[in-house]
Amino acid sequence: MHITPDQIVLFRWGPVVINATILCTWIAMLLLTLVSWLVTRKLAAAAEPRSRWQNALEVAVESIRGQVREICPEGGDMYLPFAGTLFLFIAVSNVLEIVPRWHSPAGSLSTTAALAISVGIAVPVFGLQSHGFLGYFRHYLRPAWVMLPFHLLAEMTRTLALAVRLFGNIMSGSMMVALLVAIAPLFFPILMQALGLLIGLIQAYIFAVLATVYIAAAVQREQEGAK
Amino acid sequence: MDNTSLIGVTSIVAATLCMIIGSIAPALGETKAITQALSSIAQQPDEAGTLSRTLFIGLAMIESLAIYCFVISIILIFTNPFWNHVVAKGGG
Repeated sequence: MHITPDQIVLFRWGPVVINATILCTWIAMLLLTLVSWLVTRKLAAAAEPRSRWQNALEVAVESIRGQVREICPEGGDMYLPFAGTLFLFIAVSNVLEIVPRWHSPAGSLSTTAALAISVGIAVPVFGLQSHGFLGYFRHYLRPAWVMLPFHLLAEMTRTLALAVRLFGNIMSGSMMVALLVAIAPLFFPILMQALGLLIGLIQAYIFAVLATVYIAAAVQREQEGAK
Repeated sequence: MDNTSLIGVTSIVAATLCMIIGSIAPALGETKAITQALSSIAQQPDEAGTLSRTLFIGLAMIESLAIYCFVISIILIFTNPFWNHVVAKGGG
Protein backbone atom coordinates (compact mmCIF):
# COMPACT_ATOMS: atom_id res chain seq x y z
CA MET A 1 0.00 0.00 0.00
CA HIS A 2 1.37 3.40 -0.96
CA ILE A 3 0.91 6.11 1.64
CA THR A 4 1.82 8.91 -0.75
CA PRO A 5 2.02 8.95 -4.55
CA ASP A 6 5.66 10.01 -4.08
CA GLN A 7 6.54 6.35 -3.70
CA ILE A 8 5.22 5.41 -7.14
CA VAL A 9 8.24 6.03 -9.34
CA LEU A 10 7.38 6.09 -13.02
CA PHE A 11 10.63 7.17 -14.59
CA ARG A 12 14.18 7.51 -13.38
CA TRP A 13 17.02 9.22 -15.21
CA GLY A 14 20.10 9.66 -13.04
CA PRO A 15 19.19 12.01 -10.20
CA VAL A 16 15.92 13.00 -11.91
CA VAL A 17 13.01 10.97 -10.59
CA ILE A 18 9.55 11.40 -12.06
CA ASN A 19 6.94 10.05 -9.65
CA ALA A 20 3.15 9.97 -9.76
CA THR A 21 2.89 13.23 -7.79
CA ILE A 22 4.88 15.22 -10.33
CA LEU A 23 3.11 13.66 -13.30
CA CYS A 24 -0.36 14.28 -11.84
CA THR A 25 0.57 17.85 -10.92
CA TRP A 26 1.69 18.45 -14.50
CA ILE A 27 -1.49 16.93 -15.89
CA ALA A 28 -3.69 19.05 -13.61
CA MET A 29 -1.71 22.19 -14.49
CA LEU A 30 -1.87 21.38 -18.19
CA LEU A 31 -5.61 20.76 -18.02
CA LEU A 32 -6.33 24.02 -16.20
CA THR A 33 -4.06 26.09 -18.43
CA LEU A 34 -5.20 24.53 -21.68
CA VAL A 35 -8.92 24.86 -20.92
CA SER A 36 -8.54 28.47 -19.76
CA TRP A 37 -6.40 29.32 -22.79
CA LEU A 38 -8.81 27.72 -25.27
CA VAL A 39 -11.84 29.41 -23.71
CA THR A 40 -10.34 32.87 -23.33
CA ARG A 41 -8.87 32.84 -26.85
CA LYS A 42 -11.97 34.46 -28.30
CA LEU A 43 -14.13 36.06 -25.65
CA ALA A 44 -17.59 37.36 -26.40
CA ALA A 45 -18.39 40.94 -25.46
CA ALA A 46 -21.15 41.73 -22.98
CA ALA A 47 -23.92 42.05 -25.60
CA GLU A 48 -23.00 39.06 -27.77
CA PRO A 49 -24.17 35.53 -27.02
CA ARG A 50 -21.40 33.75 -25.19
CA SER A 51 -20.29 30.16 -25.43
CA ARG A 52 -21.06 27.57 -22.77
CA TRP A 53 -17.43 27.32 -21.76
CA GLN A 54 -17.13 31.04 -21.27
CA ASN A 55 -20.25 30.96 -19.12
CA ALA A 56 -18.81 28.15 -17.02
CA LEU A 57 -15.52 29.96 -16.48
CA GLU A 58 -17.33 33.20 -15.65
CA VAL A 59 -19.45 31.39 -13.05
CA ALA A 60 -16.30 29.95 -11.46
CA VAL A 61 -14.44 33.26 -11.39
CA GLU A 62 -17.48 35.20 -10.19
CA SER A 63 -18.25 32.83 -7.33
CA ILE A 64 -14.62 32.81 -6.17
CA ARG A 65 -14.57 36.59 -6.35
CA GLY A 66 -17.77 36.74 -4.31
CA GLN A 67 -16.27 34.54 -1.61
CA VAL A 68 -13.04 36.54 -1.49
CA ARG A 69 -14.95 39.82 -1.31
CA GLU A 70 -17.02 38.51 1.57
CA ILE A 71 -13.85 37.80 3.55
CA CYS A 72 -12.17 41.12 2.84
CA PRO A 73 -14.53 43.70 1.31
CA GLU A 74 -11.84 46.20 0.32
CA GLY A 75 -8.96 45.19 -1.93
CA GLY A 76 -10.24 41.65 -2.24
CA ASP A 77 -9.61 41.53 -5.98
CA MET A 78 -5.89 41.80 -5.30
CA TYR A 79 -5.86 38.32 -3.70
CA LEU A 80 -8.32 36.83 -6.18
CA PRO A 81 -5.69 35.37 -8.57
CA PHE A 82 -3.75 33.76 -5.74
CA ALA A 83 -6.70 32.34 -3.80
CA GLY A 84 -8.49 31.32 -6.98
CA THR A 85 -5.47 29.48 -8.32
CA LEU A 86 -5.06 27.59 -5.05
CA PHE A 87 -8.74 26.63 -5.00
CA LEU A 88 -8.93 25.60 -8.66
CA PHE A 89 -5.72 23.55 -8.56
CA ILE A 90 -6.62 21.66 -5.38
CA ALA A 91 -10.25 21.18 -6.41
CA VAL A 92 -9.39 19.90 -9.88
CA SER A 93 -6.69 17.56 -8.62
CA ASN A 94 -9.07 16.17 -5.99
CA VAL A 95 -12.06 15.80 -8.30
CA LEU A 96 -9.96 13.99 -10.92
CA GLU A 97 -9.72 11.23 -8.30
CA ILE A 98 -12.70 9.61 -10.08
CA VAL A 99 -10.38 8.87 -13.01
CA PRO A 100 -8.81 5.42 -12.58
CA ARG A 101 -5.09 5.35 -11.75
CA TRP A 102 -5.15 9.04 -10.84
CA HIS A 103 -3.39 9.98 -7.63
CA SER A 104 -4.32 13.38 -6.29
CA PRO A 105 -1.14 15.46 -5.86
CA ALA A 106 -2.70 16.81 -2.66
CA GLY A 107 -2.26 13.35 -1.16
CA SER A 108 1.48 13.94 -1.03
CA LEU A 109 3.09 16.00 1.69
CA SER A 110 5.52 17.56 -0.80
CA THR A 111 2.73 19.17 -2.84
CA THR A 112 0.80 20.43 0.18
CA ALA A 113 4.00 21.71 1.79
CA ALA A 114 4.83 23.61 -1.39
CA LEU A 115 1.34 25.16 -1.48
CA ALA A 116 1.48 26.02 2.22
CA ILE A 117 4.93 27.59 1.87
CA SER A 118 3.70 29.71 -1.02
CA VAL A 119 0.89 30.91 1.26
CA GLY A 120 3.44 31.56 4.00
CA ILE A 121 5.47 33.68 1.58
CA ALA A 122 2.43 35.43 0.13
CA VAL A 123 1.28 36.70 3.52
CA PRO A 124 4.31 38.95 4.21
CA VAL A 125 4.54 39.88 0.51
CA PHE A 126 1.01 41.26 0.48
CA GLY A 127 1.58 42.84 3.88
CA LEU A 128 4.78 44.54 2.66
CA GLN A 129 3.10 45.61 -0.55
CA SER A 130 0.37 47.49 1.27
CA HIS A 131 2.28 48.89 4.23
CA GLY A 132 6.00 49.03 3.64
CA PHE A 133 8.90 47.43 5.44
CA LEU A 134 8.73 49.12 8.85
CA GLY A 135 4.97 49.20 8.96
CA TYR A 136 4.72 45.50 8.35
CA PHE A 137 7.44 44.26 10.67
CA ARG A 138 6.33 46.52 13.50
CA HIS A 139 3.47 44.20 14.33
CA TYR A 140 5.93 41.46 15.22
CA LEU A 141 6.98 43.58 18.20
CA ARG A 142 3.45 44.16 19.44
CA PRO A 143 2.25 44.36 22.17
CA ALA A 144 5.86 44.02 23.42
CA TRP A 145 9.12 42.79 21.93
CA VAL A 146 8.82 39.67 24.13
CA MET A 147 6.11 38.49 21.76
CA LEU A 148 8.47 38.27 18.76
CA PRO A 149 9.23 34.52 19.03
CA PHE A 150 5.56 33.76 19.55
CA HIS A 151 4.57 35.66 16.41
CA LEU A 152 7.21 33.79 14.41
CA LEU A 153 6.17 30.46 15.95
CA ALA A 154 2.52 31.17 15.14
CA GLU A 155 3.31 31.82 11.48
CA MET A 156 5.39 28.66 11.21
CA THR A 157 2.85 26.37 12.89
CA ARG A 158 0.11 27.97 10.80
CA THR A 159 1.93 27.01 7.62
CA LEU A 160 2.65 23.52 8.93
CA ALA A 161 -0.99 23.07 9.92
CA LEU A 162 -2.13 24.16 6.47
CA ALA A 163 0.10 21.54 4.83
CA VAL A 164 -0.68 18.67 7.19
CA ARG A 165 -4.43 19.33 7.14
CA LEU A 166 -4.75 19.04 3.37
CA PHE A 167 -2.36 16.09 3.19
CA GLY A 168 -4.05 14.22 6.05
CA ASN A 169 -7.55 14.65 4.70
CA ILE A 170 -6.77 13.56 1.14
CA MET A 171 -4.40 10.79 2.20
CA SER A 172 -6.89 9.39 4.73
CA GLY A 173 -9.59 9.36 2.05
CA SER A 174 -7.58 7.33 -0.44
CA MET A 175 -6.23 5.07 2.30
CA MET A 176 -9.76 4.38 3.58
CA VAL A 177 -10.79 3.35 0.06
CA ALA A 178 -7.75 1.06 -0.21
CA LEU A 179 -8.60 -0.59 3.12
CA LEU A 180 -12.26 -1.02 2.16
CA VAL A 181 -11.31 -2.60 -1.15
CA ALA A 182 -9.45 -5.22 0.88
CA ILE A 183 -12.27 -5.73 3.42
CA ALA A 184 -15.58 -5.15 1.62
CA PRO A 185 -14.90 -4.67 -2.09
CA LEU A 186 -18.50 -4.81 -3.35
CA PHE A 187 -20.25 -1.54 -2.61
CA PHE A 188 -18.71 0.45 0.23
CA PRO A 189 -15.61 1.76 -1.60
CA ILE A 190 -17.93 3.72 -3.94
CA LEU A 191 -19.60 5.42 -0.99
CA MET A 192 -16.22 6.30 0.47
CA GLN A 193 -15.10 7.61 -2.93
CA ALA A 194 -18.14 9.89 -3.02
CA LEU A 195 -17.37 11.09 0.49
CA GLY A 196 -13.76 11.58 -0.57
CA LEU A 197 -14.86 13.83 -3.45
CA LEU A 198 -16.92 15.92 -1.03
CA ILE A 199 -14.03 16.13 1.43
CA GLY A 200 -11.65 17.05 -1.39
CA LEU A 201 -13.83 19.96 -2.48
CA ILE A 202 -14.35 21.16 1.10
CA GLN A 203 -10.63 21.00 1.78
CA ALA A 204 -9.87 22.95 -1.39
CA TYR A 205 -12.38 25.58 -0.27
CA ILE A 206 -10.94 25.68 3.24
CA PHE A 207 -7.36 25.95 1.99
CA ALA A 208 -8.23 28.90 -0.23
CA VAL A 209 -10.36 30.58 2.44
CA LEU A 210 -7.67 30.18 5.09
CA ALA A 211 -5.04 31.60 2.73
CA THR A 212 -7.29 34.61 2.08
CA VAL A 213 -8.04 35.02 5.78
CA TYR A 214 -4.32 34.99 6.65
CA ILE A 215 -3.49 37.54 3.95
CA ALA A 216 -6.43 39.74 4.87
CA ALA A 217 -5.44 39.57 8.55
CA ALA A 218 -1.86 40.62 7.75
CA VAL A 219 -3.07 43.56 5.66
CA GLN A 220 -5.89 44.76 7.86
CA ARG A 221 -3.98 44.46 11.12
CA GLU A 222 -1.50 46.91 9.70
CA GLN A 223 -4.25 49.31 8.69
CA GLU A 224 -5.49 49.29 12.27
CA GLY A 225 -1.97 49.81 13.56
CA ALA A 226 -1.40 52.73 11.19
CA LYS A 227 -4.40 54.63 12.49
CA MET B 1 9.86 -10.13 25.36
CA ASP B 2 12.84 -9.00 23.32
CA ASN B 3 13.39 -5.46 22.15
CA THR B 4 12.15 -5.95 18.60
CA SER B 5 8.71 -7.20 19.52
CA LEU B 6 8.56 -4.61 22.30
CA ILE B 7 8.98 -1.88 19.71
CA GLY B 8 6.27 -3.41 17.53
CA VAL B 9 3.79 -3.83 20.40
CA THR B 10 4.45 -0.36 21.75
CA SER B 11 4.03 1.21 18.30
CA ILE B 12 0.67 -0.45 17.70
CA VAL B 13 -0.64 0.33 21.18
CA ALA B 14 0.57 3.92 20.92
CA ALA B 15 -1.02 4.36 17.48
CA THR B 16 -4.35 2.99 18.77
CA LEU B 17 -4.30 5.17 21.88
CA CYS B 18 -3.32 8.21 19.81
CA MET B 19 -6.30 7.65 17.53
CA ILE B 20 -8.76 6.94 20.37
CA ILE B 21 -7.86 9.83 22.65
CA GLY B 22 -7.10 12.16 19.78
CA SER B 23 -10.55 11.77 18.24
CA ILE B 24 -12.55 12.24 21.44
CA ALA B 25 -11.61 15.86 22.04
CA PRO B 26 -12.15 17.09 18.45
CA ALA B 27 -15.49 15.24 18.39
CA LEU B 28 -16.63 17.06 21.52
CA GLY B 29 -15.37 20.37 20.17
CA GLU B 30 -17.10 19.91 16.82
CA THR B 31 -20.33 18.97 18.58
CA LYS B 32 -20.22 22.21 20.53
CA ALA B 33 -19.46 24.27 17.43
CA ILE B 34 -22.24 22.70 15.36
CA THR B 35 -24.76 23.04 18.20
CA GLN B 36 -24.00 26.72 18.56
CA ALA B 37 -24.06 27.31 14.82
CA LEU B 38 -27.40 25.53 14.38
CA SER B 39 -29.07 27.49 17.16
CA SER B 40 -27.63 30.71 15.73
CA ILE B 41 -28.97 29.85 12.27
CA ALA B 42 -32.36 29.07 13.84
CA GLN B 43 -32.35 32.48 15.48
CA GLN B 44 -31.04 34.43 12.48
CA PRO B 45 -31.67 32.56 9.23
CA ASP B 46 -30.54 35.59 7.21
CA GLU B 47 -26.98 35.17 8.40
CA ALA B 48 -26.85 31.48 7.42
CA GLY B 49 -24.22 32.09 4.73
CA THR B 50 -21.76 33.85 6.99
CA LEU B 51 -22.41 31.43 9.84
CA SER B 52 -21.90 28.31 7.77
CA ARG B 53 -18.71 29.69 6.20
CA THR B 54 -17.28 30.46 9.62
CA LEU B 55 -18.51 27.08 10.84
CA PHE B 56 -16.71 25.28 8.03
CA ILE B 57 -13.45 27.08 8.73
CA GLY B 58 -13.76 26.36 12.44
CA LEU B 59 -14.60 22.73 11.85
CA ALA B 60 -11.57 22.38 9.59
CA MET B 61 -9.39 23.90 12.30
CA ILE B 62 -10.76 21.54 14.96
CA GLU B 63 -10.67 18.56 12.68
CA SER B 64 -7.02 19.11 11.86
CA LEU B 65 -6.23 18.05 15.46
CA ALA B 66 -7.73 14.64 14.76
CA ILE B 67 -5.93 14.59 11.41
CA TYR B 68 -2.58 15.20 13.16
CA CYS B 69 -3.28 12.19 15.38
CA PHE B 70 -4.19 10.15 12.30
CA VAL B 71 -0.96 11.12 10.54
CA ILE B 72 1.07 10.16 13.60
CA SER B 73 -0.75 6.82 13.82
CA ILE B 74 -0.07 6.16 10.15
CA ILE B 75 3.61 6.97 10.65
CA LEU B 76 3.78 4.67 13.67
CA ILE B 77 2.16 1.77 11.83
CA PHE B 78 3.45 2.02 8.25
CA THR B 79 6.72 3.97 8.31
CA ASN B 80 7.91 3.55 11.87
CA PRO B 81 11.45 4.99 12.13
CA PHE B 82 12.34 2.91 15.24
CA TRP B 83 11.12 -0.29 13.66
CA ASN B 84 13.02 0.49 10.45
CA HIS B 85 16.15 1.14 12.52
CA VAL B 86 15.86 -2.20 14.27
CA VAL B 87 15.15 -4.02 11.01
CA ALA B 88 18.10 -2.35 9.31
CA LYS B 89 20.38 -3.21 12.22
CA GLY B 90 19.23 -6.81 12.32
CA GLY B 91 19.78 -7.11 8.60
CA GLY B 92 16.34 -8.63 8.19
